[in-house]
Amino acid sequence: MDWQAVALSLRLAGLTTAILLVVAVPVAAWLAFSRRRWTVVVEALVALPLVLPPTVLGYYLLVAFGTRSPVGRWWQETTGSTLAFSFTGLLIASVLYSLPFAVQPLLAAFAGVDRRLLEASSVLGRSWPSTVARVVLPLSRAGLATAAVLTFAHTVGEFGVVLMVGGNIPGETRTVSIAVYDSVQAFDTATAGRTSLLLLVFSLVVLTATYALQRGRLAVWPRP
Amino acid sequence: MSELVAHVRRHVVDARLSVPLSGPPVTALFGPSGSGKTTVLRVLAGLDRTRGSVRFGDEMWDDGRVFVPPRRRGIGYLVQEHALFPHLSVRDNVAYGLHALRPVDRRVRVEESLTAAGAAHLAGRHVPELSGGEAQRVALARALAPRPRLLLLDEPLSALDAPTRARLRADLRSVLVAQGVPTVVVTHDRAEALALADRVVVVVDGTVRQTGTPQEVFDRPADPDVVRVVGVETAVPGRVIGDERGLLSVRVGERVLTSAEVPGSQAPVPAVGDDVLVCIRAEDVALAAVDGPAAGSPRNRLRSRVVGLSDQGALVRVDLDAGFALSAYVTRPALDELDLRLGAAVDAVVKSPAVHLVRRAA
Repeated sequence: MDWQAVALSLRLAGLTTAILLVVAVPVAAWLAFSRRRWTVVVEALVALPLVLPPTVLGYYLLVAFGTRSPVGRWWQETTGSTLAFSFTGLLIASVLYSLPFAVQPLLAAFAGVDRRLLEASSVLGRSWPSTVARVVLPLSRAGLATAAVLTFAHTVGEFGVVLMVGGNIPGETRTVSIAVYDSVQAFDTATAGRTSLLLLVFSLVVLTATYALQRGRLAVWPRP
Repeated sequence: MSELVAHVRRHVVDARLSVPLSGPPVTALFGPSGSGKTTVLRVLAGLDRTRGSVRFGDEMWDDGRVFVPPRRRGIGYLVQEHALFPHLSVRDNVAYGLHALRPVDRRVRVEESLTAAGAAHLAGRHVPELSGGEAQRVALARALAPRPRLLLLDEPLSALDAPTRARLRADLRSVLVAQGVPTVVVTHDRAEALALADRVVVVVDGTVRQTGTPQEVFDRPADPDVVRVVGVETAVPGRVIGDERGLLSVRVGERVLTSAEVPGSQAPVPAVGDDVLVCIRAEDVALAAVDGPAAGSPRNRLRSRVVGLSDQGALVRVDLDAGFALSAYVTRPALDELDLRLGAAVDAVVKSPAVHLVRRAA
């Protein structure tokens, strides 16, 4: 089995989850609590990766990473390397691709927090960020855990975007799912079978944990 | 004099009110459910915006251009279902608004506030373990802790069971007076307004109809809507037929009653020929044996028949047919002395100042 690919997948998924939890909390908080009408547009944008073929997302990312786009040019001028077919490019792609898996559980959890608690917090002199940190997040632990688990698992399992943006460079962009594809292409069914089984068991464990969390079985109420 | 002046315009609410920021502290916003009281309170708190304005002393809080958010208003806000943070202990809940204090001062202030609200013994508890009454005391302590300049209470006792509510009502009044913070309390409960308030503002259909002491408002309602919402037991239509130096004669059905308006009443005094609502509180109606002696000088003595008797705790409510429907409260011993039964004849005795007239729209 390609343990280098396994390690790369875990690193990619770990970093993606860490970044997304930081990014998704303010996005979900804004979507859950803002009274502005165009939250629906942002909600649709966030959910786009759910319905868009990964190849389409990958295509646009490749265009954005290319030297003809301002982003790609700026990146090349500052770092001297391209984003396409690099780990950093892959990480950016993963963050975008998994965004709905982080935002939606958080959004659901935040929307379930009693509004009167938020009003109590603001009357008691707390700003919005402070209220989110002190009231919303502690009361959304199950949602946070679900978001983290789903983001991690979804990143481990992504294929199309990786293939488009990252290619297949061992140690740089070659993830587990690409390794399975590679094994099959090379008629190495034994390796493909072992790697696939690993991914299957991993996914099953993750989903079981997620559903258990959502039913509140593992969501520990903060009692002494 | 320093005042909170608000013109609340939001949805169907269009209410103007002012609340003194010194003197007796408690103002009740009284009115039926759905009259817009809570909307007014939320606008005062800054939780909702208004197309009108809110001014606190010489600070403009909301006038369409300026908007001071709730966290900068320095207010305490207490709702029906306490809204305590379930993931924090009682102490941490009370300390929540004290982030500007040093930790030492914060601990002292938490204990002070809990003690003031009669909740010192709950300090170490967790929110999910509290009963309704306990939670409401803690919520009051949390609202008082940051020394608010204005306290806003939205139906603070309505979610409690009756015995707890009665106990907390008396305590709440003494806490509010002891703290001396200007307080606006929203309530639909007459007993609550009477027990808590120094001043009552009656809100009906989104507008302010009357402002005065509890006595003025409940004994001398200013218009027929206020009569309805303050729950005057007897309110029957009549017409003014005579005026002898302020002593008005009113025809109600076949009967003629005498009414004298109490000096300083806010209701406009009706003139001869006006259609009026004749309002008589049940506690102002005395009963006497038919043609028996009645103490003092009452102008109205009405031969009546008992048509209903109902227990009201210490008192019995006697519904009478006096030519019109009239209700009286009597004690149980009086009931036995007069041998009142359904169908019995009795004289209803009402002093003329207890007959309050409210002009009806033509």
